[in-house]
Amino acid sequence: MGSSNSSVNNIPNAQELMQETGFSAAHILRLHERFEFLDKHKCGQLRPQDFGAVQELALNPIGDSIISAFFSPGQETVDFASFVRILAHFRPTDRNQSRDGAQQEPANSSIRKLKFAFQMYDQDRDGKISRAELLQVLRAMLGIQVTEEQLQSIAERAIQEADLDRDDAISFDEFRKSLEKVDIDHKMSIRFLR
Amino acid sequence: MEMGAKEKNQQLYKPYSSGIIAKEPPSSWQQEIQDLRGSASCLRSEPEFEMADIFYFCRRGVESIMDDEVTKCFSAQELESWNLLTRSNYNFRHISLRLTVLWGLGVLIRYGVLLPLRSEQHTGRICNRGSKIYHIWLTLKLKFFLSEKVHLMCYRICVRALTAIITYHNRENKPKNGGICVANHTTPIDVIILANDGCYSMVGQVHGGLMGMIQRAMVRSSPHIWFERSEVKDRHLVAKRLGDHVADKTKQPILIFPEGTCINNTSVMMFKKGSFEIGCTVYPVAIKYDPRFGDAFWNSSKFGMVNYLLRMMSSWAIVCSVWYLPPMNREEGEDAVQFANRVKAAIAAQGGLVDLIWDGGLKRAKVKDAFKEEQQKLYSKVLVGEQDQGDQSDNKLVEDENPKEDKSHQDSTEVQ
Repeated sequence: MGSSNSSVNNIPNAQELMQETGFSAAHILRLHERFEFLDKHKCGQLRPQDFGAVQELALNPIGDSIISAFFSPGQETVDFASFVRILAHFRPTDRNQSRDGAQQEPANSSIRKLKFAFQMYDQDRDGKISRAELLQVLRAMLGIQVTEEQLQSIAERAIQEADLDRDDAISFDEFRKSLEKVDIDHKMSIRFLR
Repeated sequence: MEMGAKEKNQQLYKPYSSGIIAKEPPSSWQQEIQDLRGSASCLRSEPEFEMADIFYFCRRGVESIMDDEVTKCFSAQELESWNLLTRSNYNFRHISLRLTVLWGLGVLIRYGVLLPLRSEQHTGRICNRGSKIYHIWLTLKLKFFLSEKVHLMCYRICVRALTAIITYHNRENKPKNGGICVANHTTPIDVIILANDGCYSMVGQVHGGLMGMIQRAMVRSSPHIWFERSEVKDRHLVAKRLGDHVADKTKQPILIFPEGTCINNTSVMMFKKGSFEIGCTVYPVAIKYDPRFGDAFWNSSKFGMVNYLLRMMSSWAIVCSVWYLPPMNREEGEDAVQFANRVKAAIAAQGGLVDLIWDGGLKRAKVKDAFKEEQQKLYSKVLVGEQDQGDQSDNKLVEDENPKEDKSHQDSTEVQ
């Protein structure tokens, strides 16, 4: 005995996914189990409610933003491949990665991690973080603990510091510049056990 | 086997937490945000926000999508190495023919020998004793004295039927009359385990049919507290009945499982404050099962009662440790919730379980907004700095919020 219930071969497109995301077979397997666990209705797709069932996520201030990051605009469900692709952003960066210019940006590069974080702010995905969007995120993170004025002043300061071309919004490049000194790889990586 | 199990207790009951991802040790929020900013001073007069703060929330959020503590509590514990029971077989790959043969032998022994022996013992002895018990009950004068003996005897039968090997620690702290005994809850068998060593009054809902008959029979021999379904909703009524019971010093201690639901014996979840409001002495008890001999956790959404009992009787054995902790009382200025948390921490520490703040009822319900507010409060304190007066309680909150986890960095589930 000792045989497993599922092997990587049972998962559709497993090899492709491994290639694309850099996850090992073992990781894909574990993620698949997790996917199936979250998929309470056993329909092979996840809905926003399925993510909502994770309690720790429900109390994360940006929980809803994180959930919506999994769903492309207009889509209501996410399949396993998309699930893994998003999670791939959080794989630790491979230090010794060498790639030629023609290859696609790996899923877990610093740029992609930054893009994910940018998406948390930029809810309407227009490529800019507007003042309203910033306020929304700040409100979610702080709740009723700060007053409206304090919130406005925080947002004001943040925009002033980051907005270089004075268009009252933070573009992705401005976002990236303001975070030059932050060790993104470390802060946005989740290490798998084996 | 019993001696072996006893000696190994220390090793066995370390806090066990496995996961697919390595989680950072829960540092305080101040620490995390400081690291993000790389600044030394945390005293600010103006709230200062950094765009990078979002990384922390992102990571925590995605971590919880990949693997979270609460859902782990409601599925059976994963083992480091296989104990030859198919039911404990998660993620184990085929290793060798020898192991398969061993497993086959194990099946034969468990289902062919152990199970029939246990069921036969169980039914045979019960029938035998049944008639004797009937005669004893008729003798009213000796009723209470004998009922205790009978009670213990019945539970010992049950224990033998399950082949439970129980080690009781610190028996000097055994619950006394006029108190409430609280324990962590893993399975209905907890009742048998505890009742094997002392007489308790049970608390529960009145059932119909066979269960109802058993309940009425039990009440004849010793005072139990059975509630009508309608009464359960009325907290005051419940509190009053419990209070009356403990006030009467001739009555046995009440046995309550404050978690309200079965947890998988790796952690302790939130204790409901009801039993801690009554104001009497609380006797905490920690129960820890050895997962190598059989998984005692009753996953009520997966198995019914009969199925579960069958699994119990066909495991290798049920080996567990019971620690009686020193009695606790509510202190001055402590409210019921804080008292409950204190007791929970003591039980978790003794049993080597992870102490969680989550509500076991969440298995069916949604997270309360109060928790979300706590998170928001913490973050805003970080921004505003050390200015606020509520700082002492903040630090306490941070410690409470972040559950203590023992990091085991070995791969605990995959046998390559």
